[in-house]
Amino acid sequence: MADLREQFAAWSAKVQKGLEKHKERKEVFLSGGGAEVKRLYTPEDIAGIDYLTDIGFPGQYPYTRGVQTTMYRGRLWTMRQYAGFATAEESNKRYKFLIEQGSKGLSVAFDLPTQIGYDSDHHLSEGEVGKVGVAIDSLKDMETLFDGIPLDKVSTSMTINAPAAVLLAMYIAVAEKQGVTPDQLRGTIQNDILKEYIARGTYIFPPSPSMRLITNVFEYCSKEVPQWNTISISGYHIREAGSSAVQEVAFTLANGIAYVEAAIAAGLEVDDFAPRLSFFFNSHNDLLEEVAKFRAARKLWAEIMRDRFGAKNPKSQALKFHTQTAGCTLTAQQPDNNIVRVTIQTLAAVMGGTQSLHTNSRDEALALPTEESVRIALRTQQIVAYESGVADTVDPLAGSYYVESLTAQIIEGAKAYIERIDQLGGAPKAIERGYIQQEIMDSAYHYQKSIESKERIVVGVNQFQIEEEPPKGLLRVDPAVEVMQKSKIAELKAQRDSQKVAELLKALREACNSDENLMPYILEAVRAYATLGEICQVMRDEFGEYVAAAML
Amino acid sequence: MSDRTIRVLIAKPGLDGHDRGAKVIARALRDAGMEVIYTGLRQTPEQIVAAAVQEDVDVLGMSILSGAHNTLFPKVTALLKEQGVDDVLVFGGGVIPDEDIPFLKGHGIEAIFTPGTSTEDVIAYIQNNLKR
Repeated sequence: MADLREQFAAWSAKVQKGLEKHKERKEVFLSGGGAEVKRLYTPEDIAGIDYLTDIGFPGQYPYTRGVQTTMYRGRLWTMRQYAGFATAEESNKRYKFLIEQGSKGLSVAFDLPTQIGYDSDHHLSEGEVGKVGVAIDSLKDMETLFDGIPLDKVSTSMTINAPAAVLLAMYIAVAEKQGVTPDQLRGTIQNDILKEYIARGTYIFPPSPSMRLITNVFEYCSKEVPQWNTISISGYHIREAGSSAVQEVAFTLANGIAYVEAAIAAGLEVDDFAPRLSFFFNSHNDLLEEVAKFRAARKLWAEIMRDRFGAKNPKSQALKFHTQTAGCTLTAQQPDNNIVRVTIQTLAAVMGGTQSLHTNSRDEALALPTEESVRIALRTQQIVAYESGVADTVDPLAGSYYVESLTAQIIEGAKAYIERIDQLGGAPKAIERGYIQQEIMDSAYHYQKSIESKERIVVGVNQFQIEEEPPKGLLRVDPAVEVMQKSKIAELKAQRDSQKVAELLKALREACNSDENLMPYILEAVRAYATLGEICQVMRDEFGEYVAAAML
Repeated sequence: MSDRTIRVLIAKPGLDGHDRGAKVIARALRDAGMEVIYTGLRQTPEQIVAAAVQEDVDVLGMSILSGAHNTLFPKVTALLKEQGVDDVLVFGGGVIPDEDIPFLKGHGIEAIFTPGTSTEDVIAYIQNNLKR
């Protein structure tokens, strides 16, 4: 090392001289996440890293190199495209199209009223029905959504948070009608309310009853739906809101810590629920930093689970995650360029060891994606999987001076944030004080400023612009969807046994005020075709509603 | 234009929770010396108009990324008209297809800023188009 240091110093002096004639492109080079990038990384940068304890082998603690022993040599990641719009009928068609095209898992996007627990006929739903996802008002819609799709054969991810328990209950009920028992069901509900308060905004209830609903789901599933991932602790939206890579890891794991603490406080054993925790990260443009980020998150979570919570089951320590390419990097200008961005982000996710991946479509800065765009996005994953070679060896970038050094740097940065959040009393308290939101906002603002000052170049936006015709053939959701959904609700309410619904809602209301698990009550109400809005209204009445402070 | 501080209300109508853009714009306007009030998420058109009137703003900027713009933006401008407010500069932003822009302009949303807009352009637009 002494030799290296000496020669490195000599080399640096030489470079310095050369710089007098030919300056580098920038004074300071910054990563996508805003960290300073050095000219050259050498063995000295990883001198503090011990291979066996810090990196290790895939499928073993601390899981830096991946959670499975053979990774993609055994089985490729699950190519899972997030989709859903308009009615259950329309979305069902899109799912069947995706399965035909080789998609291996479903991922359901719900419209905003569904995500916030309003039926399509609620006055606040006006203009939003079927827009950013499918409108689901009752079990009837859910039956249509999965019509002809055998639920024992697919795994389904549902992006649903505040009313996650209700949608999971509907899924269980649809499976029952198909003759599929809950223990055969595989999939994930997002069920991550803390990041809703931080970044995504589809909260309903205040933190405390929300945490209760979440731990109720953990408990219920550990017994009844054992293959179900009961939460997807999401950094995706934190990054989309403008955080750095370090902040994405830190705030996501801090939320993870809060869920584990809540479940333990509710009397659960850590190794009973922790194996079903899953994560969801963003894959941004800075390829190498993103790979390091995924590796850092795995190692840090393994440490937290083992040392902080005493988890003994290796499955509790292994951080498995879904990835989505970064929607916020897509440009409305020259939208075909987005295909290339998504390719880079796909490589990052795969070389970072993701378990499943959604690739965004080129037209998403303009509207919902068309079928053609979705096909290209899926093909991008397939090309990386079958043609690029990066899936053929495990954790191919390990040992790179830069990547290993960055991995260690992200771990260190994230640990410092988690310590700060611990000092504030944990993630829920830090959110209440606006600390996390403020940190993200600062990063988002600096990012925007760096684009406007051209410190950061976004191709087609602040450089290499062209005159463009407005894009044609964008997907539009027919406003008639709202009218159709409303009439479906009216029809349902006329047909169902409303007396029974009222009784079941009353039982749910009483359970809200006890310490019973709410899942069985919700499931009963769903089976009797109580609507999502009716069930959530009962909980709104009993739990109250969260009001976020408006902060800049 | 007088020398007094420009007052701006930045609002999020509808159920959409994406407010990175709204907050970045709000902060940029504040850094440009304007007085900025941000409503926070999930505001109804009625709440937005009430805030605009109560805060006596010169400018109202609204952001929607969920696709509900054709329903909600015109509702806000119609309510402003009902209240007899005709000197507030109203603009919108978000994921809004070009083909919707003429319709929105016809309903009193005087400018639409789509993804990739620089905050400097928004600042300049406000400074040059104030109505009082």
